[in-house]
Amino acid sequence: MWRIFPEKFLVVLTSFIGITLLSFTLIRMAPGDPVLLVAGERSIDNERYQTIERQYGFDRSLPVQYGIYLKRLLKGDFGTSAVSREPVLREFFRLFPATLELAFCAMLFALCLGLPIGILAAMKRNSLFDTTAMSVALVGYSMPIFWWGMLLVLFFSLLLGWTPVAGRLDFIYDIPPRTGFMLIDTLISGKPYALAAFINALHHLLLPAIVLGTVPLAIIARMTRSSMLTVLKSDYIRTARAKGVSSRRLIWIHALRNALIPILTVAGLQVSLLVTGAILTETIFAWPGIGKWMLDAISRRDYSVVQGGFVLIASSVVLVNLAIDLLYAWVNPRIRRGR
Amino acid sequence: MTSLCRFVCLTVAALVMLGGCENPEPENLRNEVLVFCSEGSPESFNPQLVTSGTSFDASAHNIYDQLVAFAPGSSRIMPGLAESWTVSDDGTRYRLNLRHDVQFHNTRYFSPSRSFNADDVLFSFNRQRLESHDYHRVSGRPYLYFDSMGLGDLILDIRKLDNYTVEFQLARPEAPFLATLAMEFASILSAEYAQQLLAAGTPRKLDRRPIGTGPFKFERYEKDAYIRYTAHDDYWAGKQKLNGLVFAITPDPSTRLARLTSGECDVMNNPLPIHVAAASNRDDIKVLSQPGLNIAYWAFNTRRPPFDNALVRRALNYAIDRNAIIQAVYDGNAEVAKNPIPPIIWAYNASVQDYEYDPEKARELLQLAGFPNGFTMDIWAIPVQRAYNPNARKMAEMIQQNLREIGIRSRIVTYEWGTFLRKLRFGEHDSVLLGWTGDNGDPDNFFSPLLSCASAISGSNRAFWCNPDFDRLVFEARKISDQEARHQLYDQAQLIFKREAPWLTIAHTTQYKLARARVDGLTLSPSGGTRFAGVSLKAPD
Repeated sequence: MWRIFPEKFLVVLTSFIGITLLSFTLIRMAPGDPVLLVAGERSIDNERYQTIERQYGFDRSLPVQYGIYLKRLLKGDFGTSAVSREPVLREFFRLFPATLELAFCAMLFALCLGLPIGILAAMKRNSLFDTTAMSVALVGYSMPIFWWGMLLVLFFSLLLGWTPVAGRLDFIYDIPPRTGFMLIDTLISGKPYALAAFINALHHLLLPAIVLGTVPLAIIARMTRSSMLTVLKSDYIRTARAKGVSSRRLIWIHALRNALIPILTVAGLQVSLLVTGAILTETIFAWPGIGKWMLDAISRRDYSVVQGGFVLIASSVVLVNLAIDLLYAWVNPRIRRGR
Repeated sequence: MTSLCRFVCLTVAALVMLGGCENPEPENLRNEVLVFCSEGSPESFNPQLVTSGTSFDASAHNIYDQLVAFAPGSSRIMPGLAESWTVSDDGTRYRLNLRHDVQFHNTRYFSPSRSFNADDVLFSFNRQRLESHDYHRVSGRPYLYFDSMGLGDLILDIRKLDNYTVEFQLARPEAPFLATLAMEFASILSAEYAQQLLAAGTPRKLDRRPIGTGPFKFERYEKDAYIRYTAHDDYWAGKQKLNGLVFAITPDPSTRLARLTSGECDVMNNPLPIHVAAASNRDDIKVLSQPGLNIAYWAFNTRRPPFDNALVRRALNYAIDRNAIIQAVYDGNAEVAKNPIPPIIWAYNASVQDYEYDPEKARELLQLAGFPNGFTMDIWAIPVQRAYNPNARKMAEMIQQNLREIGIRSRIVTYEWGTFLRKLRFGEHDSVLLGWTGDNGDPDNFFSPLLSCASAISGSNRAFWCNPDFDRLVFEARKISDQEARHQLYDQAQLIFKREAPWLTIAHTTQYKLARARVDGLTLSPSGGTRFAGVSLKAPD
């Protein structure tokens, strides 16, 4: 497994250079003076203008500027928000747990339902269950997230009153942010109502996680089905069956492990989908995470946040994909042993 | 295989149960903490630096006190941090006797060592007034309200006569001065806290982590999510029945209503007309209403051609069908405005002749002004709902339609609220749909900040309109305290305003808030501000 590491590392490095180049050009391609863009839309005096110019090297050649930019990034300086005057990195880490919590629950939802549904559909190919599940998956896959979210809110929150409308926690609970993960924060808050707050936070997670998890669920279910079908048709399964291997053992030990490889790749690709989906989901549910943060920054013309947020989000997607690749290698011996 | 089936069914069942189960919540919590669905994030927690109602609700109305106050629900002046006052015979010296034993907030980040006194009054006003003051440039923002009301020139000096007596020396007699002291930007901040922050090298914290004397103290703020307050135990007028107050920041009005109907919020700000109609059929929600002290207007940037030409501005006045706007945007809950002040203000000039909707006349005027083929312009629409304008976007679209009929092409522009205000101040707009809610019920509170030459410089005059005759009349009217004489001057000023047409005056609205039936003691102030002092909650409904 570690043999593939250098190669993957090179890929990550290239992606990172690509990301920084893109974000580097972003601020220079935007109309107007880059110094003023960095400063935000406040009037600045000459002295401050020159400080920023020097700091970012706007008076130097482009390659030198890029060098300066990279150096700042490596030192962990992602700029300062023009609106809140807070370092972008600090804002990112404050809001990222909220998105992570949501994305994790969405993925959990997608995997817990998508995998078994796909397997079942493959095993009962062309049955009523199969056609129904796959049609529903197709609908789920093509559904606009925004509309789906509204619909769920309308039905479960407003009509039935089961789930809250928006936010991460009922406002009557006073939970100081420590880890940023509401499920953890409520439990370690030490308040007399910690448990009630925890359940309340779960309640708040429910609809957003379902909305965000719907598209991955549909993709995973369809992918699992087709991958399982391919594997089930293969010779070694037929042999195994002929040898009298029990159907449970056949599915879990022989088929699923091989079928998992393409599924894992697809699940890994969902991570970038989750990030884009998070922007919409967080907006519908007023969820204070990085998706809403980026959207607000764009509408506020807060270039430092857009630029820094872009690098941070893109880098985390690259890193997650790296992790998936390593996991993939672990599952697939052909890659693990360098073929 | 059956195990797989079982797993899927169990997962679904668990989700449904989680959704449907009743969460046992602490009984008393919901009666002690009031949740207010507000419409946006405050720009700052220092009311000296801002002009928006959103920021005032988050600061001045609940954290701070002023020297004098408005009686709840009216524009009558009553004692605040000043117990009593006297005015000299020539009307230029105001002597105020301050209240004793008023405590500042004791919080995680500040413990006061003394109670409120004259030093705090001096600090609060001198920061805005004196360029040499240590704090004057701290947040780098102009003092919009203070400057646009010309207080820098009006107040010659503020003297501390003893610890509990201060005297304001004015440059001239100023009739609305006492009402001015009740306004948000005249809130009293702690001089001791400011000194500590300055010594620690972090003066900006004064504007982000507020300390006041008001009924609630600041606890935590998560941008775009919520603001938490707790009751101020040593409040001079008595501790609140509420233990806590939370502003749930919810920019989307439909989400606000959803949160109110589901019981997540107790009070909702700025409902849309359709929300009011829907809520009036429900038992668990009550509608609070009051004739508004407000105006919605469409201001033309008179610094930019072709809007520097009065003919063009008049043509635009003739071009718009305001009755249609009142029906479509306000659902009829408003009346067409013809003056920049609403009729409930005593200085209203009822005899002003308004521009009636007449596209033919508009085209003629455009021709006369040299634009037979029209031109292209921007219409800036505010991105937030306001009592005076529930849906600026829709209004802009209707105006766009009307303009097309007279050959003017237009583009609708909008930004996030903070950016929007900043760009407006720099005059980057052609025209803007905005409005104003009065603070003290004095006509000067409309004319000075919105239409005077001083406010064209500070930026709150969105038309950047500066007419010497108008300015002189408004300036004169501020000096005399005889209401009849003032009325005559304002009558003339309103005629000039209508003739020069820097705005299209659109509407005066009735203002609404929605609250759960269990909310007790909430009154609306004519200015639309939301104050939670004295409010309590009954057991959950």
